[in-house]
Amino acid sequence: MTTPTPASTEPADPRLAGTFSLLAPDGTPRRPELLPLGPEVLRLYRQMRRARLFDDRALVLQRQGRLGVYPLFGGMEATQVGAVLALDTARDWLAPTYRGTGCALAYGLPMHKVILSWRAHPDGFRMDPQQRLLPFYVPIGNQLPHAAGIALAERRRAEREGHDASVVLAFVGDGGTSEGDFHVGLNFAGVYRAPAVFVIENNGWAISTPTSRQTAAATLASRGEGYGMPAVRVDGNDLLAVHHVTAEAVARARAGEGPTLIECVTYRVMPHTSSDDPARYRDEAEGELWRTVLAPARRLRAYLDRAGLWDDEQEQALAAEVEQELRDALVQADAAPGLEPWQILDHVYAEPTPDLLEQQAELRALYPQRGAGQ
Amino acid sequence: MSAATRPAEPAATRTLTLVQAVQDALAVALEQDERVMVFGEDVGMGGVFRATDGLQARFGEGRVFDTPLSEAGIVGMGIGLALAGERPVAELQFAGFLYPALEQMAVQLGRYRHRSQGRYTVPMVIRAPYGGGIHSPELHSESPEGLVAALPGLKVAIPSTPADAKGLLLAAIEDPDPVVLFESIKLYRSVRGEVPSGRHIVPLGQARVARPGQHCTVLCYGGMVEVCLAAAEAASAAGVEAEVIDLRSLVPLDLATIGESVERTGRVVIVHEAARRMGFGAELAALIAERHLTSLHAPIVRVAGWDAPYPPFTSEEALYRPDARRVALAVRQVMQY
Repeated sequence: MTTPTPASTEPADPRLAGTFSLLAPDGTPRRPELLPLGPEVLRLYRQMRRARLFDDRALVLQRQGRLGVYPLFGGMEATQVGAVLALDTARDWLAPTYRGTGCALAYGLPMHKVILSWRAHPDGFRMDPQQRLLPFYVPIGNQLPHAAGIALAERRRAEREGHDASVVLAFVGDGGTSEGDFHVGLNFAGVYRAPAVFVIENNGWAISTPTSRQTAAATLASRGEGYGMPAVRVDGNDLLAVHHVTAEAVARARAGEGPTLIECVTYRVMPHTSSDDPARYRDEAEGELWRTVLAPARRLRAYLDRAGLWDDEQEQALAAEVEQELRDALVQADAAPGLEPWQILDHVYAEPTPDLLEQQAELRALYPQRGAGQ
Repeated sequence: MSAATRPAEPAATRTLTLVQAVQDALAVALEQDERVMVFGEDVGMGGVFRATDGLQARFGEGRVFDTPLSEAGIVGMGIGLALAGERPVAELQFAGFLYPALEQMAVQLGRYRHRSQGRYTVPMVIRAPYGGGIHSPELHSESPEGLVAALPGLKVAIPSTPADAKGLLLAAIEDPDPVVLFESIKLYRSVRGEVPSGRHIVPLGQARVARPGQHCTVLCYGGMVEVCLAAAEAASAAGVEAEVIDLRSLVPLDLATIGESVERTGRVVIVHEAARRMGFGAELAALIAERHLTSLHAPIVRVAGWDAPYPPFTSEEALYRPDARRVALAVRQVMQY
């Protein structure tokens, strides 16, 4: 690496103006006093790389027909992993978006479950009862009122039992901030001072619609004031900055000081999903800047290299380790049994109603020979 | 707490209106289970129909409280509360204000259990005053029960007596699945009845024969039950004994009681306040045709609201909402075959 240079005050992209960051894009510390210690930085870095390596492979798997339609998060891994690793995953809740694969991996959803989820296999959505991870779901913004409700329940339980509260971390995209449920969720959380942290993953694009078409406001973070909660704009590609800001918000929430809104300014360098072609709607020169100069791994790697905490050999070892984890996960996912046809009616109600029992009998008659299998 | 560990039901009864029975049920639930929370718009001061009167004073603002004015928020927050282990009982001020919450009800409330293959459940209750007959403004007399009953994963109950209002509401609160209760605004204060004290349960999925009869079967629920009973009374004077069945619960539906009656009478009239097209009556007619066609002596007749929005003009309300005269005409019609 080159010798450290003072961070420029001009952001590389105007979208980043006024955002909080700890490292300049070239890895120069901006706020050395706030940087976590070596082992913690390495933990964060390794999880971020793991998430991105998964995302890169997921596109290949989709092309091979081994995953269904997959929403890529590549380029946003610092936002997702940095925020989620601020949680105590043994007690806190995570409400991801459908683009939250990186969030779920960082939270601790096993990789084979992630694969099954994107195969739309029911086992992928059957979370470990110990994990407080909400499923990926498609409707935009619906999970924010849920997060407010969960957080209110946790605040009440904490008051009842005399301890600090479990926290809910909920994500939404820049497009999602246009949905009514975004406003509903933040408003309810604000009114009840619920221990929730809301992260806007402002990646610039909702499929082909730019953020400028989602709002006339200068920033999405400015909405926090309207709901009576503090809001922070963060350089979403700065893993350590996202982690720092989210950890502060989680601590505030846990201590009973109410919700926080965090706008992470980042970029979806990949297509919207494995079925999308972004060349049809955006100038890829813009994406190139975020893919190279502003890439999340680049700046942290530069910092780690300079601090003597990481090198190419370790990077290769990490890549091999993730590759092995992925191979094992694929084997495990491939072994998951398929549904029997009549199981489509299981879990509609705790006890099936008489008409559902009749319909299950119909399915058994229609598919008597079908055994277990994909 | 399982039913087996609960104290035995006290035998004492009190005479209550339907809305008082609702309030009684909420008080019992709040008393019995600390996870129960009651919330909605203006419920703190008792709600526009006074269904929650006195509950905040008795149980505190932590358990009985007002929400911001957002039905999507009331249902969405309730889903979150239920996911985290509480037993939320939400009030939508009028069923006509349910539409902003319909997204949460359609794509979240009834799907969590199935989507997560049993990992997450949403034992939430939504109470919604519904139906016409009280000369209220536009959207204050809606009957959207058919829309809600069409959503897999939800249960729907509609009481017509004070005792059922209490029993169905307590059953709904104890139910592990989300239940939407529609309470007839017209019946809130117009009916009184004996209501058992303490924990009184009317299981979901059991219809009630409100009036026995052997000549035809009248299927109805909620605010239409008294209308149908009046029509049956008139028919009886003309020598026709109509059996009036109060469905009490649309999901799950008591197909056994309906089937037994239809097999016996061979003639069916279905009555509801919602518009006829795609109303719950269409579902009932289809189920009966599928199962009991050879027992039918006459085409099934539906008496319902017309396929127009519920009239915002009170002068037209009497034209829209089925009355005993229209039901009696339908009874005569099925008897003429």
